[in-house]
Amino acid sequence: MTEPAAAAALAVRSLSFAYGPRVALDDVSFRVPAGGVTALLGPNGAGKSTLLTLTAGLLRPPPGSLTVLGHDMATAPRKALARMGIVFQQPTLDLDLTVAQNLRVFAALHGLPRRRTEARMAEELDRLDLTARAGEKVRALNGGHRRRVEIARALLHRPALLLLDEPTVGLDVPTRAALVAHVHALALDDGLAVLWTTHLIDEVAAGDRVVVLHKAKVRAEAPAATLVADHGSLANAFAALTADPPPVQEAAQ
Amino acid sequence: MTAPLIALRGIVIREILRFVHQRSRFLGALVRPLIWLLVFAAGFRAALGVSIMPPYETYITYEVYILPGLVGMIQLFNGMQSSLSMVYDREMGSMRVLLTSPLPRWWLLTCKLLAGTVVSILQVYAFLLIARAFGIDTPGWGLLAVLPALVASGMMLGALGLLLSSVIKQLENFAGVMNFVVFPLFFCSSALYPLWKMRESSVLLYQICSINPFTHAVELIRHALYLQIAWQALGWTVVAAVIFMALAVIGYDPARGLMRRKAEA
Repeated sequence: MTEPAAAAALAVRSLSFAYGPRVALDDVSFRVPAGGVTALLGPNGAGKSTLLTLTAGLLRPPPGSLTVLGHDMATAPRKALARMGIVFQQPTLDLDLTVAQNLRVFAALHGLPRRRTEARMAEELDRLDLTARAGEKVRALNGGHRRRVEIARALLHRPALLLLDEPTVGLDVPTRAALVAHVHALALDDGLAVLWTTHLIDEVAAGDRVVVLHKAKVRAEAPAATLVADHGSLANAFAALTADPPPVQEAAQ
Repeated sequence: MTAPLIALRGIVIREILRFVHQRSRFLGALVRPLIWLLVFAAGFRAALGVSIMPPYETYITYEVYILPGLVGMIQLFNGMQSSLSMVYDREMGSMRVLLTSPLPRWWLLTCKLLAGTVVSILQVYAFLLIARAFGIDTPGWGLLAVLPALVASGMMLGALGLLLSSVIKQLENFAGVMNFVVFPLFFCSSALYPLWKMRESSVLLYQICSINPFTHAVELIRHALYLQIAWQALGWTVVAAVIFMALAVIGYDPARGLMRRKAEA
C-alpha cells in the first residue's frame, strides 16, 4: 500500500465534536509522529476517550479532519483502520476463548491468511512473554496478562499506529511500569507511532511528546522535556495547564 | 482465500467455539423445544386433531404438526440469543474489535449473521435427530431438503436479532424483547396451530398470523421437510431477511444508528 508522502502517523486538525449540547472536543489539532510515544494527557472527562473513539471510526468524523498515514477517516476509514492497532480502555477479549483463539479471530478480521497468522502470533506472543499462556482461556489470566494479550493482538497485523486508551487502568504498580516500558520499547524497535492516553503523569517518559487535553481543548503540545524545562516538572506543567481558568495556551510545537 | 472470506471463517469459528464453550446454552436450546414436543404436544394430541392439509398427505399427530414450528422456535431463540450476545459484547466492549476491522461493516454484520445461522442449524439437526429417536419422523430426504430452508429462516431470524441488538441500548432492556417480540412472533404464527383453525376463532388474529414473517419461516421449513417448496413463504422470508438486515446495517452506522444515539445519551 502506498502511503501519502511525509504523512504523520496521526494528524488531527481542527476537530470538534459534541454530544448534543455538551462539547467534547473543541477545535482540537495535534500530530503523532512515527517512532515514538505521544502521551495524550488529560483529567477524566477531558475528551481523550472521545478522541480515540473518533480515531477508531466508531463515531462518524465531525467537522475537522483526522488522518492516519494520510488516509482520511471520513473518506477512507478502512485504509486508515488497516494501519491502526487499538487497545481500548475496556477489556475486549473473549473470556471463554483461549489466548490463541482470540488472536486468530482478530487476525481473521484483518484478513490475515492462516500461515501468516500463526507466524505472527508466535512472534508477538514470544515478544510479550505469553507463549506459555497461548492455550489458556483468557478468563484464567490476570489483568496484566490480559492487557499484554490485547497489545499482542493489536500488533498482529503490523500497524503503523498503536492507540492505547488508558491501558493501565486496574493494573498494579509493577505491572503498570512493565507495560509502559514494553510499549516504549515497541515504539523504539519497530518505529511504531504510539498514542497513549492517560491521566497518570508517571506514565510519561522523558523522551515522549505530550499533548495536554483539558475541557475539550488542547492546552499544550510539546516534548515532555520542554514542558519540564518550562514548568520545573511534568506534574507542575499538568497542574498549570489544567487549572481553571486556563492559562494562556502554550505555543504548539 | 480473500480477506472477506478469511473474516467470515474467523467469525463462524468464533461463534461455534463460544457456543461449544457455553454448554448450558446448547442444553437449553434443546430442552426447550423437546419439552414442547414430548410434553406439551403429547398432552394436546387428543384435544387437537390435525386434518389433511399441505404438505401432509394423511392425518397426522399433533407432534408431527408442531415439529417444524419447534425447529423455527430453535432458530428464533438462537437469533435472540445472538442479539443478546451482541448487546453484551457491545456493553463489554468486544463489539468494538469487530467494528474496527478494516472490512466493510455490512460484510462484518453479514458474517455475524451467517455464523449465527450455522450455530442455529447445528442445534436444529440435533433436535431433529432426538425427535426421530422418539419416533417423530419426517421423510429421510427431508432432513437434507430442509437445509436451504433453514439457511433462509435462520438468516431472517438472525437478521431480526441483529436489528434488535442495534436498537436495544442495554442488557436490562432485553426482557422486553421476550414479551414484545419473541412471544408474539411465536404464538401469532402457524407454529402451534394451523392458520385455518385460527381463522375459525378470530379473523383479525388470522390476518396478523398471515403477515407474521415467522409464520412463513415455519411454513417454509414444514414444506421443505416434506420435499416441497413453499414459494410464497420463501419470498416472504427472504424479503423480511433483507429488510431486517438493511435496518440493522443502518442501526450500526456510526452516523445514524445506535452508536450515535448511545454517544449522545
